[in-house]
Amino acid sequence: MALRIGCAAAPGQAQENKTGSWRVFKPVYDHEKCTGCSMCQLVCPEGCVHPQDKKFAPDYDFCKGCGLCAAECPVSAITMIKEEK
Amino acid sequence: MKGILEGSHAAAEAAKLCRPDVVSAYPITPQTHIVERLAEMVADGELDSEYICVESEFSALSACLGASAAGSRVYSATSSQGLLLMTEVCFNVAGMRQPIVMSIANRAVGAPLSIWNDQQDSIALRDCGWIQIYAEDAQEIHDFHYIAYKVAEDHDVLLPVFICFDGFILSHTYEPVDMPTQAEVDAFLPPYKPYNMLDAKNPISMGMYATPEYYMEFRYEIDQAMVRSLDVIRRVGKEFGQKFGRDYSNLVEAYKLEDAEVAIVALGSVSGTIKDAIDEMRADGKKVGLLRLIVFRPFPAEDVKKALSGIKKVGVFEKNLSIGARMKGAVGYEVKDAVNDSSVSVLSYVAGLGGRDITIADIKKMVGEIEAGRGDCFLGLREELI
Repeated sequence: MALRIGCAAAPGQAQENKTGSWRVFKPVYDHEKCTGCSMCQLVCPEGCVHPQDKKFAPDYDFCKGCGLCAAECPVSAITMIKEEK
Repeated sequence: MKGILEGSHAAAEAAKLCRPDVVSAYPITPQTHIVERLAEMVADGELDSEYICVESEFSALSACLGASAAGSRVYSATSSQGLLLMTEVCFNVAGMRQPIVMSIANRAVGAPLSIWNDQQDSIALRDCGWIQIYAEDAQEIHDFHYIAYKVAEDHDVLLPVFICFDGFILSHTYEPVDMPTQAEVDAFLPPYKPYNMLDAKNPISMGMYATPEYYMEFRYEIDQAMVRSLDVIRRVGKEFGQKFGRDYSNLVEAYKLEDAEVAIVALGSVSGTIKDAIDEMRADGKKVGLLRLIVFRPFPAEDVKKALSGIKKVGVFEKNLSIGARMKGAVGYEVKDAVNDSSVSVLSYVAGLGGRDITIADIKKMVGEIEAGRGDCFLGLREELI
């Protein structure tokens, strides 16, 4: 994407700013355990958890690794694992 | 049409002829007469602009920024503490590439509180991305407004402009000013065509945040625009000369420099005093010349180097103080870097701060110091007070 003079952006362009690179810990989902309750989607401050076939998974392009989903998951299906960069 | 105008009114009349859609400014000495005159014009129906009354300079420039983002041609004016209160918005205006033109009646910065003239306020904002042009007389104040709008709104530039002139010395002094007619200005300055504009049919946001992956490139773009503006200022200045007979294609003015052995570099109205001093010294057989910087940002390094070539002793007259800097003044470093020759001595002299008078005798003393190689110091201190 070429930069637009004056840091102007059209709607939706904020998605160009991928925030996944900010992560230290990555949430890893165990879809065997996941019941599809959508709690992780509700608490995700980034709004980057989306349903996939009645289960849930984060979009790693935007997930900042805050760990709220792992803390709130009622069946502990999410583990925070340190990422090696 | 010629008129006898004070510098502030020369600025206000020029601003009027540029047909700004929005004017927002907060009165502060010594810029007050500009906004008073503009408010009067709007009230009398002379000027068809939206005059936005605000409660501070921060709000004034914020209102200007919003108006500019909405596609208006915008004008403002300020001084000293007012400019410092605008600082945050100044960076944003340049970053959002809004071509706002603002007149600065240069004044000292407190503490101690001083309403008199030096150039500390605009020099302090040299890194914020605004083009800075310094006028020597009321005629230049007037003419620079037309040039500033045309340069700022050029889509190769899209940067805001400070038109700086010395407070009181120029802003309150009456001089003859040759003013173009509205039709002549309209022929020179076309209506503003925004590059980015807030528009409900084609929504955009401006001044977005940028992650580390993008931020630096935006800043690079601003710097490149500033570099490009050098040629745009030359071109527009030349075009102005062809239309109105006063040529501003040079970013620096050289006065008796051809055979000079000593050169003084200065900004603004003090150049007039220096020219008189040079005339007297020339009559005594001293080979002295002046280099006046008309444009300080973007810094015309090539022009400075060319103008000073062959001169071994250069003194920079500083109406500002960069506290803690070895050379004392901020302009000296840039001149030294432009000359970039270890056999040339470039020295700074901080003088005339807070409105202290500069006389021909002071200039002659300064030339003596330049010749003796003593510099990077204050000039004209009252020893009995220290």
